Amino acid sequence: MGIISPGFGGRRRSSRPDLPPGQYLTYDFPVLSAGPTPRIPLDRWRFTITNETGTRQTWTWEEFQKLPAEDVTVDIHCVTKWSKLGTNWRGVSLDTLFADTDTAAEYTMVHGYGGYTTNVPLEDLLDGKAWIAYRFDGAELEPEHGGPARLLVPHLYFWKSAKWVSGIEMMNSDEPGFWESAGYHNYGDPWREQRYQGD
Amino acid sequence: MAGTAVSRRLIWRVATLVGARMETPTARTLVLQVPDWPGHLPGQHVDVRLTAPDGYSTQRSYSIASAWPGDGTIELTIQRLPDGEVSTYLTDIYRIGDPIELRGPVGGWFVWRTAQNSPVLLLGGGSGVAPLMAMIRARGAVRGRQPFRLIYSVRTPQDALFADELARRVRDDPGLDLRYVYTRKTPEAWPEPPRRIGVATVNTYGWPPEFEPDCFVCGPTSFVETAADILVALGHNSQKIKTERFGGTS
Repeated sequence: MGIISPGFGGRRRSSRPDLPPGQYLTYDFPVLSAGPTPRIPLDRWRFTITNETGTRQTWTWEEFQKLPAEDVTVDIHCVTKWSKLGTNWRGVSLDTLFADTDTAAEYTMVHGYGGYTTNVPLEDLLDGKAWIAYRFDGAELEPEHGGPARLLVPHLYFWKSAKWVSGIEMMNSDEPGFWESAGYHNYGDPWREQRYQGD
Repeated sequence: MAGTAVSRRLIWRVATLVGARMETPTARTLVLQVPDWPGHLPGQHVDVRLTAPDGYSTQRSYSIASAWPGDGTIELTIQRLPDGEVSTYLTDIYRIGDPIELRGPVGGWFVWRTAQNSPVLLLGGGSGVAPLMAMIRARGAVRGRQPFRLIYSVRTPQDALFADELARRVRDDPGLDLRYVYTRKTPEAWPEPPRRIGVATVNTYGWPPEFEPDCFVCGPTSFVETAADILVALGHNSQKIKTERFGGTS
């Protein structure tokens, strides 16, 4: 336990078992991104998986919409301390997208339109743990929240859930992405409070 | 992103409040003495942790408003938010001599370095001006000659943070320009009615995209979305536009 803050009682009292350490509950949907919001016309949208030998699989928006989609309800946790519980998304499981990917690599770099990158181990994307989501709360995913489509990998801090996702690239060795190069934790498990390097 | 890595571990430090001043009726600057503070770049923030006697604890992030090294303290300017659990404590209850836990500096992206020579365009909304003020102060501390322009959106003249200091700096420094945007109420004889930041304002009082300025945008999400979209629409390279947002949730 930290030192006591004289005169601090705490009013929000959102400590609860489904809230990771250091997080507080929010009911709105804050935005965090490093630059302007890119707008990607759907007829130019592509999603590409590239394996470690450079083989690419690409989906257009139309093709992507024909893939089997799942409705998921998950809790999300932002490194800036807010958590939002029970959020509703619709998207395509990465198990579906990786079904035909031939890879022995263990690491991935997720890319977003606008140049964003974040690294995620492949095993954190598979077995029902991650989706490419394109609907939030029953509506199209808005650009400021990552639309047309974003990665959703809710068991890691939300910066790993790359907005405006454009593709996933397999890597033989782990490399840091955008925030991971700027002092944030390489893995980002909210339950272990892995916010910054060294946590 | 090269060269921005922060490799040291961010430990919690017990800082002490050594000074405080009200910037507006609802915003308070905390002057903190932090043992072994490693220094920071303008634009970086800290995490603050409060703990109640029964062990309940909560954290928030605040931008640093001061430039390092200054006098060896760091300053946080806290806007009191309605029902803000942490902000109301920091503006109303936290007293001189009291301890507080913080760690940082955090963030290697939304930073300005005094060695950068490009013109700089700062777009601030409300208390989002705090990290931009750190940049202005850092430039002032090294007598930087980089051309700086700040467009500062506030609801009313009374809501403007650092108004006296900004006026003095603009008066004394021909390389620093300031334009206010008032969204609810203007001063007497202001040439335009209250309005939100728009293309014309940024076009007139910002830098042309051909000057390739480094752009820093900070404020509430709606302000940041609007201002960054305007910069893109005016032709600024999106890679030169760095944004920082706060959700207004604490």
